[in-house]
Amino acid sequence: MANEAIQDIAQQEYKWGFTSAIDSDIVPAGLSEDVVRMISLKKGEPQWLLDWRLKSYREWLTLKEPTWANIHYPPINYQAIRYYAAPKTKGPAPKSLDEIDPEVRRTFEKLGISLDEQKRLSGIAVDAIIDSVSVGTTFKAKLGELGIIFCSFSDAVREHPDLVRQYLGTVVPARDNFFAALNAAVFSDGSFCYIPKGVRCPMELSTYFRINAAETGQFERTLIVADEGSYVSYLEGCTAPMRDENQLHAAVVELVAMDNAQIKYSTIQNWYPGDKNGKGGIYNFVTKRGLCKGVSSKISWTQVETGSAITWKYPSCILKGDNSVGEFYSVALANHYQQADTGTKMIHVGKNTRSTIVSKGISAGHGQNTYRGMVKILPSAVGARNYSQCDSLLMSETCGAHTFPKIEVDEPTAQMEHEASTSKISEDQLFYCRQRGIPAEDAVGMIVNGFCKQVFKELPMEFAVEAQKLLSVSLEGSVG
Amino acid sequence: MLDIKNLQANVGDKPILRGIDLHVKKGEVHAIMGPNGSGKSTLANVLSGREGYTVVNGSVTFDGKDLLTMTPEQRAGEGVFLAFQYPVEIPGVTNNYFMKTALNAVRKYRGEKPLDAMDFLKLIKQRASIVKMDPAMLSRSVNEGFSGGEKKRNEILQMAVLEPKLGILDETDSGLDIDALQIVAAGVNTLRSPDRALIVVTHYQRLLNYIQPDFVHVLSAGRIVKSGGKELALELEKKGYVWLEERAGVAPAA
Repeated sequence: MANEAIQDIAQQEYKWGFTSAIDSDIVPAGLSEDVVRMISLKKGEPQWLLDWRLKSYREWLTLKEPTWANIHYPPINYQAIRYYAAPKTKGPAPKSLDEIDPEVRRTFEKLGISLDEQKRLSGIAVDAIIDSVSVGTTFKAKLGELGIIFCSFSDAVREHPDLVRQYLGTVVPARDNFFAALNAAVFSDGSFCYIPKGVRCPMELSTYFRINAAETGQFERTLIVADEGSYVSYLEGCTAPMRDENQLHAAVVELVAMDNAQIKYSTIQNWYPGDKNGKGGIYNFVTKRGLCKGVSSKISWTQVETGSAITWKYPSCILKGDNSVGEFYSVALANHYQQADTGTKMIHVGKNTRSTIVSKGISAGHGQNTYRGMVKILPSAVGARNYSQCDSLLMSETCGAHTFPKIEVDEPTAQMEHEASTSKISEDQLFYCRQRGIPAEDAVGMIVNGFCKQVFKELPMEFAVEAQKLLSVSLEGSVG
Repeated sequence: MLDIKNLQANVGDKPILRGIDLHVKKGEVHAIMGPNGSGKSTLANVLSGREGYTVVNGSVTFDGKDLLTMTPEQRAGEGVFLAFQYPVEIPGVTNNYFMKTALNAVRKYRGEKPLDAMDFLKLIKQRASIVKMDPAMLSRSVNEGFSGGEKKRNEILQMAVLEPKLGILDETDSGLDIDALQIVAAGVNTLRSPDRALIVVTHYQRLLNYIQPDFVHVLSAGRIVKSGGKELALELEKKGYVWLEERAGVAPAA
């Protein structure tokens, strides 16, 4: 019964799988120096950025696609991917939100993301990215009054080149890994955010990523810099149409927190996961890293990963500043034939640095879920502390949960704690709920949400509600 | 209200209930006693629809409806409540949320409007006082880290919230010290009403000092071997179960 109820919950259709008839400017498939130059030219970039891209491209040519992860996929033909797709605009780019193509606007409305500032909850500013480019950013003016810069990466290159140049690639260098190098060569857009000294950002900043065009890859870059004593809460969401081919999404996110600054970065990842037989879906191969550069700075990652055919990422923190804090809260769901290999790295450099890792993996259907984590305490990190907890929930006989925690301690004063558990939704739990009148599917949703509560409570309120709903939907059909 | 006729049920191939007949009217309290392995808990589980039991013969009707074809949640909707011998922990789900979800699911089944958060809060606070439960326990995860006594009180609280027509108490006294037993029993007594029937499953007579039954039935090897008034429980306390089993000609359960 538990299995049937779990099966039912896991069968629900992906609701965000529609395609919009948006006229696109797409470059031909394939990757070469010419393509890199073409992307840079299309975006009207300065020479230094083109040089950086080309250098990254040459690095990429020397790198090999890594194979150590616990995921399996056929070889990716990098020459079959289109590296740039943008909704066509008549004449120059839209200067204000009013000039956005109505079809683009409707696409986001359908996704529940209004680009109309009047209609938005006043607490959230949105940067909307479709395929390779940003199509609009809300509340720019209002945030500007506080000195906060929140705009597309392209705008930032044009309007704040010095800031971008100062921080770009400082946390995730182009040569960091195969996918980071690829991203550095061909990244097309993303969000940029700068919070000036002492400013507490009054609203949630968010970027909504949407893949629409076929056979394209999405390579965006996000760079967030929180200057001394500032605070920002940032959220990203993502969806894609249902397609039979796999599409590659290789993003890079860099965060920099100066003295006493705090960055809270939340992700609700709901890329198309493929169908129930494992056909199609997004390869979500992402490099995310934060640098706690200043003393007493704090970076907190919260992720809810329900989508993608394959998720492969480790949002990490380099705790350089003394007394800095890194946190990682994660819910990863692998249903049907989804695969997830995710976790975090906490690199303790500064004195009295602290990190917390809470990972909740849910496996259903034939899903394979891997937690991979590294906690490294360098000899300089006197008094460092880490607490790690990773829990796995198994919902079928055919799914898998795997855990690869790695702990390296080179400082004798460090304190480490690691807890792990693996559990199943028991027949007893399910019967208990049903005896109280709660139908099986609702009961499973409730039990799974309870399992994830420690992570959900880290999300901004309204997103926590969204995450709970998303989880129930993503699991629909896995009970019966 | 509840009519059990020649109920026979197996676990796997093993017959556990070998023909139970029991008739429970509104407002009555029936105690089911018997030695370990006599089928007491199986009866409670079969009535509430737990999986793992096969009914091979007989019928159970509840208010004229065939109970055995219903899912557990339908039975709950019809007004059957089981207080568990071993209440289950649900980490991360607060007691409050669990009970509100349950109550509104049952109300929905009955075609009633859901209670909103304010009304529910009022209700649960009032009901929590019946079992002397600290309201702080309502915000904790269901049964997680609860002591044995707290778990059993929580079961009675759930019964008070759901207001079933039939409450089945499965070994509610097991694992309770005398203070907890008195609180739980007082809570149950508060819930006695002319519209509600109770089936109290217990191994010991002790609980029946506090919850006085109208009828006592002794189960042995899957059959009711003797029925009587509350005096029967006292007699059993003195003579033990072997006396009855010998008289009924059944082998003592292992």
